Amino acid sequence: MSDIAGTKPALRWVVHASVLFLVVLWVVPTLGLLISSFRTADQIATSGWWRSLFPSEQNLTQRSAAPDTQVLENGLYVIEGNLFDEGTKATISKWGVSSRAVDAFSPGETAELRKGGTITVDAKGNYRMENPEEFTGSRGSRVFATAELPPEFTLDNYHKVLLAEDSTDSMGRAFFNTLTVTIPATIIPILVAAFAAYALAWMDFPGRALIIAAVVGLLVVPLQLALIPLLKFHLNIGIGKGYLGVWMAHTGFGLPLAIYLLRNYMAGLPRDLIENARVDGATEFQIFTKLILPLSFPALASFAIFQFLWTWNDLLVAKVFLIDASGQTTVMTNRIVELLGTRGGNWEILATAAFVSIIVPLIVFFAMQKYLVRGLLAGSVK
Amino acid sequence: MHPAFQGLLTIAIGVSGCVGYFYLSNQFLDRVLFPPRGPNAGRNINRANMIRPWLFLFPALAALGLYLAYPVVETLRLSLTDRVPGGGYKWVGLDNYIQMAKEPKFWEAMRNNMFWLIIVPAMSTAFGLLVAQLTDRIRWGNLAKSLIFMPMAISFVGASVIWKLVYDTRPAEQDQIGMLNALYIFFGGTEPQTWLTIPFWNSFLLMVVLIWIQTGFAMVILSAALRGIPEETIEAAILDGANPFQIFFRIKVPQIKTTILVVWTTITITVLKVFDIVFAMTNGQWETQVLANYMYDKLFRANDWGVGSASAMVIMLLVAPILVWNVRNARQEME
Repeated sequence: MSDIAGTKPALRWVVHASVLFLVVLWVVPTLGLLISSFRTADQIATSGWWRSLFPSEQNLTQRSAAPDTQVLENGLYVIEGNLFDEGTKATISKWGVSSRAVDAFSPGETAELRKGGTITVDAKGNYRMENPEEFTGSRGSRVFATAELPPEFTLDNYHKVLLAEDSTDSMGRAFFNTLTVTIPATIIPILVAAFAAYALAWMDFPGRALIIAAVVGLLVVPLQLALIPLLKFHLNIGIGKGYLGVWMAHTGFGLPLAIYLLRNYMAGLPRDLIENARVDGATEFQIFTKLILPLSFPALASFAIFQFLWTWNDLLVAKVFLIDASGQTTVMTNRIVELLGTRGGNWEILATAAFVSIIVPLIVFFAMQKYLVRGLLAGSVK
Repeated sequence: MHPAFQGLLTIAIGVSGCVGYFYLSNQFLDRVLFPPRGPNAGRNINRANMIRPWLFLFPALAALGLYLAYPVVETLRLSLTDRVPGGGYKWVGLDNYIQMAKEPKFWEAMRNNMFWLIIVPAMSTAFGLLVAQLTDRIRWGNLAKSLIFMPMAISFVGASVIWKLVYDTRPAEQDQIGMLNALYIFFGGTEPQTWLTIPFWNSFLLMVVLIWIQTGFAMVILSAALRGIPEETIEAAILDGANPFQIFFRIKVPQIKTTILVVWTTITITVLKVFDIVFAMTNGQWETQVLANYMYDKLFRANDWGVGSASAMVIMLLVAPILVWNVRNARQEME
């Protein structure tokens, strides 16, 4: 019945087109970074990533081999070679030997070199320089070529970012550090919150409503407020900056949402179930571990995803509570910010590093989207 | 010790510590303190049941108190004091707030934050509602929603890198590698722009990043709300000859008003806390400062805890109305 409105063909078409437009708008920025991470530094710097999907025409400046490779053939000094690296399948359409006339010649034609001699370049980039006198100088001649290059992708960036040992670009250590922060910071608050949520949902005691209200209130307290007081506290009790501190901080900041989500879910479990268990003589501890925890799995999973995404993606808490001057405990988000500062122009490193840090949450996201949605629906205060 | 191993060990200790605490404290209560047998069995059971909730709650309350409640008070105190060289604090009253109010950077942050607070929740909610409605009845709607939801999983820092590439600028004679400049040139722009350095407008380009992330959130919640609307109301409207736009704006939107409000406030809170995007993309240069980044600057660059805490209190003050509203709603719901 309500489909009547949607069955007009023109309107239907508009709906499909606008959804497609929005999806493209939302996906394309990420796609751009992903594609860039598979391109070489030169490619990224000289052409937009969208061009890399098609053969591209580029203006290249190449250099012939140096004069010390010349050989004497029938009284002529000759230098031969190819302008491109081995394996590059470029097709030259125009070329030149002066920066003022970069497209003066077609493939197969011969040009006079400024310093004497001639050069012939064919479409594949093979060149032959001839000169009755010896070529001089330490460097080869410049050749300007307009060439069509096929799409080309490389895994070198990932190799460099993940495995390079000495390099400052390495994300390998930061990856493990992030993991070290994330896993305990996800598990511990779940455990602590589950017990508290059970007490708030199914035990009767004075002050219960007050505590629930306080938890709802704390949901929105900005963690900015906690930075200085807690850093001071950590320094006073001797934890200083380190993993223990960051685990505790994430636990504290994650608890309100965890308690809120779990309490709401547990309060919705059937009353009979719990009362029957009580009548049968089960202790509260048994009811909790054998009955409530397994039944609350969906809510536990929802919160676990939230907390995982939040701790994995966090920058501020790690910067304040974890990363000290030595930089040994840096996390990926912090590495990326550093790269943005020091290597703002090196898109191949940046794009790859960013993708290494994005990929894990994306996998979790697509694998467990169902629980994430459920958690969002339960977690937004009504 | 390798940090990964250290991490595993801590998980083991932390988890078994937690479980051990809960198990042993319950055992202690039931076996030693108030055993449910002997002459006072009945009284003991009652007493044990009075204490037990607090055993379950203790770790959570301790963590909440220490990590969220205490800092609010302590930050308030710090904002009213100054550090004395050599240690200690002295009471300075509202001096830090006055000093802050005299800084143009603070007012710049306030002004920008106001724009952020209006535009980001509005645009995210509007886009979210649009997508939720459009994808409701098309076959590949779930796929579309999934893809628009995806940025939720990406960190603010990752999103900053993604969008910095979009906003990238190359000299005029070169090919543009940033999409925005490429489009700008394609549609007749003459000079490539360094977008992030254009005061006033650059803040909006930063907001785009957060809107891009938050739309998925709004969409998920609003999509569920739209599905919850009773079919009869829509059927009645169709029978009365309402067109699709009337159905959407007059029938559907009014029925999900509360949900829209919830989405709006939730995004508002996120906006107030947003730090990473500005920190990573411009670091507050070119007049893009926001409160959260201003505070970070004061605390950790200028090392001025007084003014830093004062600006944190300003953020808290802006959140306070939402806090009160949430608590009131939650209490009403419980009754």
